[in-house]
Amino acid sequence: MAKRSGGPSNTEIDMTPMIDMTFQLITFFMFVMNFSEAEQDDRIQLPSSQLAKPADGVIEKPITLQLTNAGAVIYAGELVAVRDIGAYLEREKTLMIDENREPNSATIIVRADGRAKTGEVQDIIRICQEKGFERFALRAQYDDRR
Amino acid sequence: MARRSSTGLTDKVEINMTPMIDVVFQLMSFFMCTLKVVAPEGDFDIRMPIAAAAAAAPDDQQIPPVRVKLSAGPDGSLASIAMNGTPVADFDELRKRIIGLVGADSGPNSLAEKTEVEFDADYALKYVNVVKAITAVSGKVENGQVVELIRKIKFTPPKKG
Repeated sequence: MAKRSGGPSNTEIDMTPMIDMTFQLITFFMFVMNFSEAEQDDRIQLPSSQLAKPADGVIEKPITLQLTNAGAVIYAGELVAVRDIGAYLEREKTLMIDENREPNSATIIVRADGRAKTGEVQDIIRICQEKGFERFALRAQYDDRR
Repeated sequence: MARRSSTGLTDKVEINMTPMIDVVFQLMSFFMCTLKVVAPEGDFDIRMPIAAAAAAAPDDQQIPPVRVKLSAGPDGSLASIAMNGTPVADFDELRKRIIGLVGADSGPNSLAEKTEVEFDADYALKYVNVVKAITAVSGKVENGQVVELIRKIKFTPPKKG
């Protein structure tokens, strides 16, 4: 029977494949990571559309209003009633004027839940119009099924 | 002067990999924990100044908007579609009617570019139906390519009740 060496053996593990794989994983995660600051709330189930292709450029300083199924607006992370968003938009408008920007140059991104009432989306648009905003982006999930 | 080893063999320099592996694994854990899989989203751009219809002077060159009426059932589902007062069976037929009206050409100065669609939807109608209607009038996908139709879209003021 073969006898094992009595002294402590210095077994060297080749770490190269593991390090290679780990770096590849890091690279993968860095590429798929979403660095955009777009407001996306999981409570909103966007309707899908084949024509809602992602925008080529970045919308500069947009105002995102997210309408839930229950008819509340998520604005800057807090729940607001549709009729109350006027006060928040007024504040946005004041800030824009301070920055020498016209309210009609800003884009309002409307992320409305597919189950929400159309009238509530229209109410949001009407309140925005009353505050001087006129550019809207109705957001939908891109559906790439052919 | 110090003399190098006279054995003739090259010395094997061992680098301590442990700190690097620690950092790399921490980086990987960070990326794995912060990864948020987000479905791609796109926009339908609409420019709707307030009371534009009332403020705008009548223009002989202006094409009257195509009026699409979307009626809701008691549960907010889509009950009926009508284009300029004529009933339409579904969104595919709506798209065909739009193509029949403005043609397939959507280039500069085309009829599709000049025409505007005004959506008149019931207050309680589920918003998903409006997005389907916007999709039907704004274009179609042919052999993987998007063919644009009407880009000017507006809504009638909301009517509660």
